[in-house]
Parts: sequence; structure tokens; C-alpha cells
Amino acid sequence: MTTTTLRPPARPSAPVRAGHQAERLWRASPLTWFGLVFGVILSLFPFYWMIVIASRTNDAANSWPPPFLPGGKLGDNIQRVLDNGDANIVKGLLNSFLVSGTITIATVFFGSLAGFAFAKLRFRGKNALLLIILASMMVPIQLGVLPLYILMAKLDWLNTMPSVTVPFLIGGFGIFMMRQYAEQAVPNELIEAARVDGCSTWKVYWHVVAPALRPAAAVLGLLTFMEQWNQFFWPFVVLADPANPTVQISLRSLNTAYFADNSQIFAGTLIATLPLFVVFVLFGRQIIGGIMEGAVKS
Amino acid sequence: MSLDLHAAAPADGGRAARPAHRRRGTSFTRLDLKYSPYLYILPFFVIFAVFSAYPIAYTVWIALTDRSPLNATISFVGLDNFVELITDDPQFWNAVVNTFGMFLLSTVPQLLMALLLANALNRKLRAQTFFRMAIAMPIITSTAVVALIFSMIYAKDFGLVNWALDAVGMGPIDWRANRFASWFAISTMVDWRWVGYNALIYLAAMQSISKDMYEAAALDGASRRRQFWSITVPQLRPTIIFTLIISTIGGLQLFTEPLLFTSGAGGLSGGSEGQFQTITMYLLDVMNQRFRWGYAGAVALVLFVLIALMSTVNYLLARRISSDK
Repeated sequence: MTTTTLRPPARPSAPVRAGHQAERLWRASPLTWFGLVFGVILSLFPFYWMIVIASRTNDAANSWPPPFLPGGKLGDNIQRVLDNGDANIVKGLLNSFLVSGTITIATVFFGSLAGFAFAKLRFRGKNALLLIILASMMVPIQLGVLPLYILMAKLDWLNTMPSVTVPFLIGGFGIFMMRQYAEQAVPNELIEAARVDGCSTWKVYWHVVAPALRPAAAVLGLLTFMEQWNQFFWPFVVLADPANPTVQISLRSLNTAYFADNSQIFAGTLIATLPLFVVFVLFGRQIIGGIMEGAVKS
Repeated sequence: MSLDLHAAAPADGGRAARPAHRRRGTSFTRLDLKYSPYLYILPFFVIFAVFSAYPIAYTVWIALTDRSPLNATISFVGLDNFVELITDDPQFWNAVVNTFGMFLLSTVPQLLMALLLANALNRKLRAQTFFRMAIAMPIITSTAVVALIFSMIYAKDFGLVNWALDAVGMGPIDWRANRFASWFAISTMVDWRWVGYNALIYLAAMQSISKDMYEAAALDGASRRRQFWSITVPQLRPTIIFTLIISTIGGLQLFTEPLLFTSGAGGLSGGSEGQFQTITMYLLDVMNQRFRWGYAGAVALVLFVLIALMSTVNYLLARRISSDK
């Protein structure tokens, strides 16, 4: 529009040209395509490589030149990992499901409750409390790792699953995300109307707010499950006994074996990644949407 | 406000015939409105108090003592731990240098690549979803998995990278022995996992920049590169600051990748001469191998101060740089 007024002579053809130019402006150049395809290859290659090594004998995995095509030993290698008495990966998988699942459910529930409270309820000290939650997200776990370890020892939780579950049942991120969503997704009028109908705050949450928060809850659940499944540092500190590991700690046990059996290690990484791969294939759009949404708001 | 509610309640319910029930309801409603919000945020604050605030406070106290599971008694030593750490502990400073080195070596290319990738994804593309999914896929891997895969890619004898070097006529590199080589290898692990994630964040921010700006710039004859540096990057300033701070918090806590880069049991030492030992590895080394708990408290506190300092510096720097443009 402005361009047409600025350049009177071009007036008749201007709208067409502007549209054409806008189109051209956003067209991907060959260089862009090249860069993208290159990025995709780099991004996916390690997954492919994981399958290649996991499906080879250890001798073939350690050969020169390195193998580039999958072999036929995937089943054997997976069997060897599952039977490995030092790694206890079956126990590790079960533990990881239990821990990540519990934390996910707790985070979604407590996060939506607290998010609702911060977005829609009035109470004294709200802003100060919100600030504490924000600050808590900036503090690395390393800062309190030693006393936390001592606390776990006192509770007799070392080498047990509560030590890697209970401290993470609800974090600041979940509350923040739900608060942001509740603020825009739940109209105040709806809450007022429910109140007028005689709903208690809990019933407002349960019948009005919780259903409206469902999309955000799904994304929060996915992100939380992925994060917890991949947790390494804290489990490494408190789960020193390889008999009762999470799956990531099982991988560590495979790596500390005296003889590095790469095809077995890679079969282990494959097993440890598979659950999240399934999650990603099923819900990748939501996960990506969640990451992008979060970015715009923060 | 609450009075209104009760006036409305009987009209609607029809159960108004039971006054006793209603009176109980009244006081319940008042309590409910006043205190239930606290109940809803209570779980966080209980967990936070027990498993975060208390340990942090205890860290401050423990750092002022010589506590150790090997000592029968605990004595107060004042700032001795900090003095030793800062003036007389080359291994700690080695870990600091390694951590910052790898942080710089990974973060700068990581964010630049993410910016370029996001810029490419922001074009009109066929198969958009496929590209986004493929680029984001590394986030499903754990740091342990990344470390194990890349450890083999960077293996000295049969590794892929050394094979590729050999193919172009260069000698093999011992990726663990040399300090810079190990930093490089570990940085690529970090970048592989996080570039796509950051690219998605930048893409989201890019999509909210008005297209008119670009069209106007194009009419003025600005090239795409010029548009990228003069429009996109300045407009992304808050997002860039955000990713920088996230990367700083994460980068200075670097642990799993260097730990698993060494196979065998001695991972915490970060190579034969500690050439890739990070601060967090050193912290656990002090805590669980040397059992100097008071000293470990001091290490943890200094790590935290460094993270806070670096985040502030990055914040100021990012603000300066993009406002100069």
C-alpha cells in the first residue's frame, strides 16, 4: 500500500508486483534447501548409526573401515543386553517407566492446580510466591546435591526409586506453563458463572478449568515424561547400586564394563531410546508445538 | 462478592429448603475462597522447602565446616574452604577452564547454527512438518545415549571421524588425549542434541515478526543476508537472550557427556590429566571419592555463583550487541 503511494508511476501493476515480490521473498533458495537437507542428515545420522552398530557383531562394529549398513545381529545383541547381569536393563526400564510416569502424573495434576490458582484466584502474597517459583527454576540441582544426598541417606532412600521421584513431583516449569495457558484459555466469566451456580473452588477446577487445560496438560505431560526418562545426574548420585537402576544408569553400567562391547552398548541405547521414539512419532507435532509456544511466551 | 453468590444459590438450587445445609455452605464458601488457593500451591512449596531450600541453606552451612563421613567430629572452619578453593586448588581451576572452554565452544556455534536453521525453516517449504520433526528429533535422546554414540564416532581406532579424516588424507586424532580435541568432541555432542531445539524456539519468534518489514526492506534493495542481520536478529533479541541464559545454566552444569566419554570406571577424572573434567565432575569427585563434604559445599556454591555471573554477563552482552545493530 505505502509503496504504491510512494511510487505513482508504477501504480497500475503495483499490487501484482508486490504480491509477486512477497512470494519471491519467502521462497527457499537452493542454498536454503541444501542447508536444510544437510541439517536433517546430521540430525538423523546418529540414529541410523545406532541401528547399524546395534545390528552388528562386536567384531564387525570394531572394524576398518567402519560398517555403514545394518547387519543381522540386532536380535542377538538385544538379547545379550537384556541378559546382562551388570546392567539390569529390564529392571531399569521398569523403574524408569514407574518413576517418569509417577512424576508426569503428579506434575500435570499439581501444575494445573497451582497454575489455576496463580492465573485465576486472588490471594495474598501471590506475586511474591510466583517469584519464588520463578527463582527456583534458575537454581541448578548441584547447589544442594550434597545435603540432598545426606537427606536421602537419612530417609534410607539411597538406591531406591523414591529418591529419584519424590523431589521432582512438581517443579516450577509445570506451574508456569499451566498458569500461562490458564490465563488465556479459561475466560473469567466461565469461572464466575460456575461460582454463581454454587461451585466450590475445587469444583470450578474440576469441572471448568481442568477440561479447558487439557491441551496444555498433554504437552506438559509429554515434555515432563521425556525429561524424566532422560534424567542422569541425580540418579547417578543416589543409585550407585547397579542392582536397582533406572534405564540411563543401566547404560552407564554397560559403559563401565571392563571390556567395551560396543554392539551391546548400542543395543542398549536403542532400547533406552525406543520408548521416547514411539512417543515422538505419535505426538511429535504436540511436542514441537509445545516447545514453540513456550518460546513465544517466555 | 461472596454475598452475591449465596443470594443466587437458593434461586437456582431448589434445595434452599434446608437452611442448616446452607449455613454450613456459607462458612465453607468463605473459607474456600480465602484459603483454597494456598492449598493448591502447597505441594510445590512443600517439595521446594524439603528438597531445594533446605539443602541449599545446608550447603552454605556445610561449606563453612570440615564435615566428612571420615571425621568423627565436625568443626567450624570459617572461610577456609573457599580460600583453599580459590587460591590453592589448581585442579578446580582446571575444571573451571574446561567448563568455560566447552561452554564457549558449544554455545556460540550452537546458537548460530540454530539461527540459520530457523531462518531456513521460516521460508516457504514443502514438507515443513517433516523438516521440523527431523531437526527436533535429537531431543528424544538422553545425554547418556548421545555420549555413548558419539564416544564411538570419536573412537581412536575404529571411529567414524578418524575414518573420514583418513579418507581425506589426514592422520587419526586421539580425541580423548588432546585437550582441545576432547573439548571439540564433547561440544559437538551438546550441539547435536540442542541445535534443533533452539532452532524451533527461534522459528517461533521469527514467525511473529511482521512480514511487512521484510517486504519494505526488499523494496529498498536489502539483500537476504542484510535482512537477516538488520531485521531478524535485532527482532529476536529477547529470544536470543532467553536461549543464552538457558544454555548458560545448562552448559556450566555439563556432566554426562564428558563422564561417559571415558569408558571404564574412572569417568569422574575427565581424562588422564583431567583435560575434560568439568566443575560438576570435580564436585562429585570431591564429594564421593575424597569424602571432603565441607569442601564440596564450597565447590557447589562457587559453581552457582559462576552460573549466576555468566548469566548476567550474557544478558548484558546480548542486550548491548543487538541494540548496536
